[in-house]
Amino acid sequence: MKLMDFFRKKGSGEVAKDRLKFILVSDRSNCSPEIMEMIKNDIIEVISKYMDIDPQGLDIQITETESEGGNGTVPALFANIPIKDMKHRPLR
Amino acid sequence: MSEVIVITSGKGGVGKTTTTANVGMGLAMLNKKVVMIDTDIGLRNLDVVLGLENRIVYNLVDVVEGKCRLKQALIKHKKYPELCLLPSAQTRDKDAVTPEQMIELVNELREEFDYVLLDCPAGIEQGFKNAVAGADRALVVTTPEVSAIRDADRIVGLLEAGEMKRIDLIINRIRMDMVKRGDMLKVEDVCDILSINLIGVVPDDEQIVVATNQGEPLVGGSSLAGQAYYNICNRIVGEEVPFMDLDAKKGLFGKLKDIFKK
Repeated sequence: MKLMDFFRKKGSGEVAKDRLKFILVSDRSNCSPEIMEMIKNDIIEVISKYMDIDPQGLDIQITETESEGGNGTVPALFANIPIKDMKHRPLR
Repeated sequence: MSEVIVITSGKGGVGKTTTTANVGMGLAMLNKKVVMIDTDIGLRNLDVVLGLENRIVYNLVDVVEGKCRLKQALIKHKKYPELCLLPSAQTRDKDAVTPEQMIELVNELREEFDYVLLDCPAGIEQGFKNAVAGADRALVVTTPEVSAIRDADRIVGLLEAGEMKRIDLIINRIRMDMVKRGDMLKVEDVCDILSINLIGVVPDDEQIVVATNQGEPLVGGSSLAGQAYYNICNRIVGEEVPFMDLDAKKGLFGKLKDIFKK
């Protein structure tokens, strides 16, 4: 990184580009915030059966990732789930 | 072979009607027989941009309802007799026409004209569905702004779902001075985000306002926007036209300034 880059503010055009990329990924995936919230709650419920997680710190997002076939990008669901305690419950 | 082109954008106020008027007139300049249909029922506009508002007798809804013959409703342009307008109705609403009726109308016009241009209303409701129904290809107009691009992306999605054969992008009202200082999305960025074929870039130009005031589209004139629209028309008919340098300064003074800068 050049020294000048430290002083240069990110132009609003760049900001627009970054915002748009995020907006369009979720627009295209057809997932409303309500549905995202429901997915999130279901994930919390399922994972909580097996370990102690931090529901407040849980973050899920729909983004893009390279497809395995190497033909462009596909939507992907990323979930960041902080684990508080890895308690090993006895399996029934 | 005739072609039916819908001009659409999703968001209002990005320049659909101005684009329709200029592309229509530009194609007429290229000796094509062109008819433009204002499909924005209830909000008639294309007639004013073309300076034909005083000649309207019948409109789109009259034709569809069989109150007049199609020929009677078509208004010939003053300068280009091969350029016609079918105006929209002012006192009706969007559901006065169905997509099936539009397809029928458009197919009738195919017999007579090389190009049928459909000026689509803003939004994605009935008016959009009507305009898109009979089209072979679409010109999606956007400006380099977050809201307009987001709506354009929605429109592209809907057009693809409806199996539109060809979709091209027009980036309207770009300001190179703002792009240069990093305060406006670049042409490449917009293309990247929307990932459809670019057919034209029209700079923000005061002359558009002047032209609309006078009711005379500026396509083919010396203004940058006029040239940009003319290039788009040539690309529509299948010519390969390089994208012009929007940075170029106009006139002798600008050129002199460039020389001194070197």
